[in-house]
Amino acid sequence: MEIYSYSFLILLLPALSFVILALAGMKMSHKTAGLIGTTSLGLVTVLSYLTAFVYFGADRLADGTYATVVPYNFTWLPLGNLHFDMGILLDPISVMMLIVISTVSFMVHIYSFGYMHGEKGFQRYYAFLSLFTMSMLGLVLATNIFQMYTFWELVGVSSYLLIGFYYPLKPAIAASKKAFIVTRFADMFFLIGILMFGYYTDSFSFSFAGNIVMGEGTTPFIAGNAAKAVAAAGFILPTALVLMFIGGAGKSAMFPLHIWLPDAMEGPTPVSALIHAATMVVAGVFQIARMFPLWVEYAQPQMSIVVWVGVFTAFYAAAVACAQSDIKRVLAFSTISQIAFMMVALGVSLPGHHGVLDNHAQLGFMAGMFHLFTHAMFKACLFLGAGCIIHAVHSNEMAMMGGLRKYMPITNITFLISCFAIAGIPFFSGFSSKDEIITACFAYSPVVGWIMTGIAAMTAFYMFRLYYGIFWGTENKEAHEHHTPHEAPATMTVPLIVLCVITMGVGIYSTIAGFAGWGGSFGQFVNAEGTNYTIHFDTQIAATSTIIAILSICLATYIYKGESQPIAERLYKTFPKLHRAAYKRFYQDEIWQYVTHRIIFRCISKPVAWFDRHVVDGTFNFMAWGANEAGESLRPWQSGDVRQYAVWFLTGSVALTLILLAI
Amino acid sequence: MVPVECYFALSALLFFIGVYGFVTRRNLIAMLISVELVLNAVDINFAAINRLLYPNGMEGMFMTLFVIGVAAAESAVAIAIIINVYRNFHSDSVDSIKNMKW
Amino acid sequence: MANTVMFIILAVFIIGSALLCVTTTRIMRAATFMLFVLFGVAGIYFLLDYTFLGAAQISVYAGGVTMIYVFAIQLVSKRTLQGLEERVKSSKMIGGGLAALAGLVVVGLILLKTGFVTLAPANVEVPMKEIGTALVGAGKYQYVLAFEFISLFLLACIIGGLVVARKEKKED
Repeated sequence: MEIYSYSFLILLLPALSFVILALAGMKMSHKTAGLIGTTSLGLVTVLSYLTAFVYFGADRLADGTYATVVPYNFTWLPLGNLHFDMGILLDPISVMMLIVISTVSFMVHIYSFGYMHGEKGFQRYYAFLSLFTMSMLGLVLATNIFQMYTFWELVGVSSYLLIGFYYPLKPAIAASKKAFIVTRFADMFFLIGILMFGYYTDSFSFSFAGNIVMGEGTTPFIAGNAAKAVAAAGFILPTALVLMFIGGAGKSAMFPLHIWLPDAMEGPTPVSALIHAATMVVAGVFQIARMFPLWVEYAQPQMSIVVWVGVFTAFYAAAVACAQSDIKRVLAFSTISQIAFMMVALGVSLPGHHGVLDNHAQLGFMAGMFHLFTHAMFKACLFLGAGCIIHAVHSNEMAMMGGLRKYMPITNITFLISCFAIAGIPFFSGFSSKDEIITACFAYSPVVGWIMTGIAAMTAFYMFRLYYGIFWGTENKEAHEHHTPHEAPATMTVPLIVLCVITMGVGIYSTIAGFAGWGGSFGQFVNAEGTNYTIHFDTQIAATSTIIAILSICLATYIYKGESQPIAERLYKTFPKLHRAAYKRFYQDEIWQYVTHRIIFRCISKPVAWFDRHVVDGTFNFMAWGANEAGESLRPWQSGDVRQYAVWFLTGSVALTLILLAI
Repeated sequence: MVPVECYFALSALLFFIGVYGFVTRRNLIAMLISVELVLNAVDINFAAINRLLYPNGMEGMFMTLFVIGVAAAESAVAIAIIINVYRNFHSDSVDSIKNMKW
Repeated sequence: MANTVMFIILAVFIIGSALLCVTTTRIMRAATFMLFVLFGVAGIYFLLDYTFLGAAQISVYAGGVTMIYVFAIQLVSKRTLQGLEERVKSSKMIGGGLAALAGLVVVGLILLKTGFVTLAPANVEVPMKEIGTALVGAGKYQYVLAFEFISLFLLACIIGGLVVARKEKKED
């Protein structure tokens, strides 16, 4: 384990940088604070890549899997039977996540130098970014579900702090509270699930199919006694897992708990890129991937819940995204839709027979993870690009944009590449991952397969609507004359270029590898069984999805590319109500507001509050009143009259004498 | 000889007359005078017990002697206080010193 | 026989004076009746063959303390001296009377129920030499400590009384 003994630095460095920046940040200049944050992140990135290189370069074990390595694990809180551990776990998905998180975070750190230049609270921003990075890394490196929950909450806190960064503005405060409350509400279910799980299986540790290599001096894993749970009551484990999924659904913005993500765009754009596109929102997906052996073993019928929630969310988000005018909102709904794709991918990974995963089933898991990886890269690129655009135009609305290709060439190209990636065009990274997901869906059920294909088409459509709306389309000439947009500075464009290079590189390699059957692709490293899986593209499905995507792009080009959009206007006039409903996200926020205010507050909270105020407080008030009254009635005894005191004295002594006589 | 119970009865009567006087009177000096009555009753008690029940010892007599001395001192201090009270409140009634009440 | 008669006379004298002392409305008369009570008590001491005690009672109590009271009355109760009477609330009288009566009953019962054994007295008075030796003697059952203490105590009380009763210096 000596080679992995540095792994604690991956968690320690961001934590240190957070502490330093939080305590001493205001005393240092912006540049120093930014440098501290960025350097620590740079080191973390280097360490993550090193870990990945060492881990995946190591020999496989006899059954073809990579060994799960646990360099550190210590008991934090012993509680009788159960104990909360803290430790670091290295396993294919966690190492992959390390790469994703550290890369995107590092890019965001560099980007923020330019984007947040001159902002008040610069140091605070970098401190919170470090806090977030540390929490997310801790989440993926967790050795047990409780540690994951702890870091889950920390991630939620960092998200709250960063969304509310512009706290003098009311919308930002409202958005951060909304995000925190909605995710916290979902986390309640997560916690109940964890507690049920821990109580019935006597352990919080994850169960692993493969071998675990423990570091020296670490607390050994006692895998959960799932058989005991099943013996106690058959529905316990599936219920616990579904409750945990609900928690994950809140964090990953599945319908109906997605309401916080569009509003979370009030935060600075790099924050949206890091947290709400690439890393935090995939925590729910990661959680299911982590608990995947348990799902396969005990909760197969419940997987369909995951599938259908994902399908519906993907459709809903895509529909709403077609009608939004704020570019960040379009990207937010696109994120919701893509995460739903990942959830569906995990959900369709059912084996043919109980306990046996055959090839098609492995596919969903691998595809979901691959899509997580590629999505992080291109979505971060899209968001950072959006940040450059907002920086240039000083507005989020598409009405202020249009024709920006003339002014911002680099942003144009990178945005376009990322749009191709998300649309699923071959030779761009999104193609391989999305294609694999759709293949897996068809293996599960043709209905789901066709629905997901349709949603992929919608994705291409609205993303290109967005692209044309920003860079082509009707130019807002007066605004642009008043304030000419200019290309972003180098600190902002370099991360865009880096992310694009990664996207293109992964895309080209995986496309060719998929068709030619080369090794070294993603499936080799990460899949459900842990073994070496080579991706083969199903030519039929690949062709179908590509053609549909290209058709959608052509449709979008036809409608939106020109200087004016007559077809769009006509559609808008024909279906005004539908458009308005879609624009208002199908009134989901209003529904939630109604439920909470009218139903929960009025029927539950008010009576409880009344009880608390009048009965509980009333008891104590009454006791205090009683004591007061008793005191008041005793007061006249102190009359100041000596003679009265003498009488009482005499009476007392006579009484005492009588008592003594009686005894 | 007079039986000792008679002395006790006398002393008890004098004591409680003094108590009654203390409780009833309003004038400060009258209250003090009642206290003197009480003290004298106690003195009679001591002397009688010494003489009639324990004639070999002298404790009772000396106790009486010292009580006389202490009573004198205590009267002096009490009178000084009453004079002070009179100076501040211009009244010799016990109602005027009721300040230490609730 | 003579003792009994003497005792009855003295007892009536004491109780009568005491009753009048506590019920009279004029303060000077109360002081006078107290003087009578003190004389009566001195008489009781003489009856008990405590001549020294009786002498001490007359000189200290009847002589000194009564003078203090008279002076105090003159200083304090100007209006009362001039014949203004003190009215006592009847409720207070009844309350005080009841309390005193209750106490009297209890004490009386205790005294009467206890069987006292009267030893025959020596029928001579205690010699003065013995009293003197005991007063300043330091051996067992001797009272030099109490004697010294009371002398200091008297000094303290005198000084205390002076301090309490002195006039405040007027600011000029």
